Amino acid sequence: MKKELLKFGAFALLIMLAPLAFKGGYLMTVLVFVGINTMLSIALNLLLGYAGQISLGHAGFFGLGAYLSGVLTATYGWNPWLSMALAAVIVGIVAYLIGFPILKLKGHYLAMATLGLGIIIYIVFNETVDLTGGPSGLSGIPNLSINGITFDSDLKNYYLVWIFALLMVLFSLNLANSRIGRALRAVHDSEVAARVVGVNARLLKVQIFAVSATFCALAGSLYAHTMTFISPASFGFTFSVELLTMVVIGGLGSIYGSFLGAALLTLLPEFLRAAHDYDIIIYGGLLMVMVMYMPGGLVRGIPELYRKLLKSKGKTALKSEGGVEHA
Amino acid sequence: MQFDQLLQYALSGLSTGAIYALIGIGFSIIYNATGIINFAQGEFVMLGGMLTLFFLELLKLPIWAAIPCAVAAATVGGILFERLAIRPLRQATPINLVIITIGGSILIRGLAMLLWGKDTHAIPPFSGDEPIAIGGATVLPQHLWILGITVIIIAINKFYFFHTISGKAMRACAYNRRAAGLVGIDVRRMVLFSFVISSAMGAVAGIIVAPLTMVAYDVGGMLGLKGFCAAIIGGMSSGISTVLGGLILGVLESLGAGLISSGYKDAIAFIILLLLLFLRPQGLFGKAESERV
Repeated sequence: MKKELLKFGAFALLIMLAPLAFKGGYLMTVLVFVGINTMLSIALNLLLGYAGQISLGHAGFFGLGAYLSGVLTATYGWNPWLSMALAAVIVGIVAYLIGFPILKLKGHYLAMATLGLGIIIYIVFNETVDLTGGPSGLSGIPNLSINGITFDSDLKNYYLVWIFALLMVLFSLNLANSRIGRALRAVHDSEVAARVVGVNARLLKVQIFAVSATFCALAGSLYAHTMTFISPASFGFTFSVELLTMVVIGGLGSIYGSFLGAALLTLLPEFLRAAHDYDIIIYGGLLMVMVMYMPGGLVRGIPELYRKLLKSKGKTALKSEGGVEHA
Repeated sequence: MQFDQLLQYALSGLSTGAIYALIGIGFSIIYNATGIINFAQGEFVMLGGMLTLFFLELLKLPIWAAIPCAVAAATVGGILFERLAIRPLRQATPINLVIITIGGSILIRGLAMLLWGKDTHAIPPFSGDEPIAIGGATVLPQHLWILGITVIIIAINKFYFFHTISGKAMRACAYNRRAAGLVGIDVRRMVLFSFVISSAMGAVAGIIVAPLTMVAYDVGGMLGLKGFCAAIIGGMSSGISTVLGGLILGVLESLGAGLISSGYKDAIAFIILLLLLFLRPQGLFGKAESERV
């Protein structure tokens, strides 16, 4: 546990000092996005990596958070912090209620049902034009502010977003190492076996679904208040797939892996400007290659590859078995 | 009230429903042979339309030659997909299979965009666009083409599954893969066949609907999901109940769009999908099965 804390401390320090290396500039905006995407992929990872339940509708919860915050502040003039808290609570409750029927489903059916849910939410954003501004989006969302400091620059937003993200990392690490985390992994491996040893699998799955959705809503609110403009296009099916890609690339069930996946997928398009339109090819290809050849994600796959390379040195060039099964 | 109007909605709903039925049967065939829900199913529908356009416009083939070429090319795509993405995975978990087929679907979509661009294209109708009056409503010749071709394909399907050795072997795989293997059926070949059949059917669906709805690189997603919805209504059967599922969905959607709001047309299918998955996951017509652990 102490080692964990040390690791987290180093990570937090790295994040806090990172802006010094970049001295503002366009990259800061991108790093704000890295923070938001880290939150989202941790949220999805809690559900997918720990509890083994897939969701293809998480962009919808992200969007609900953003729109609830956006509409309450821009249209009704609420306090941004209050609307952010309310958005998180509302989305949490909605996810909890919908979790009971939806998490009865497994595997492919769960994937399809969450996908359907995400698309319904997306359609509602587009169609309730009076409320959300429809496809052309909602603008004029105020920045968050505290004690007279308004979070209106990239640097300020960076710290704002990353403080939330780091708290989320800490919470998730804690959760993963707790009794609940172990119960979740038991549900992942075999729901029946978990129930036999006294884990209330059904309730647990619903609870983690609600926590995951709440995190998404928080990220959504932060997104709305830092960007000050939102439109439905950011919350569609493609973004759900992007989140899935982040989690899978980084490593299912690894919190730091989620950060790695989020950072890679957010920074990659910035460096491949020319390939911007074709990012879906990259997502698709990465998803397939990772699941086929590195199902543990980069966090486990890279050390594994390294060990294999060490082993094969000196020995006859034996072909190693591909596709290592992970727990 | 406007009986004519209702008839009109129902008629156009039937033809989109027929498309959903074809796609849904494609889902069911693969599901029954492999236990996989192929999220890339919709992309073969898109490929059908886009490839037809490619053969028509760039290679200047006449329509009667372009269509079989497009179906053949899309089927090759299906074979490649099975070979490269599905077969290498032996003991994959359902979640990994979901991720792989989603990855495949996005990849195919991206490649189509790379090859043919982002524009929406129109394909000329097979035989003119003179509306035909039926009762107080009118239908386009293309609607009749869709219904006719769907009926023919379903008949061929029926014949294949019940009167040929390979079709019967496929059904055996659907009941129990291991037992099918034990009596000498090459299960892996049947899996490949299931991809061949469903990608070909998907492509046909994409081709016959293209003159009505236009075609672009990203039409596959929505059509695929609607097809899945039809398959769920039909309880994942590759027979008549999925056809009924498609038709019910098509008509409800068309009525909903006409009577309630066209903006929410797509939402209707997903609300039906969610309700069915919550309340009757075995389909509208099926009996509940106990689940194996």
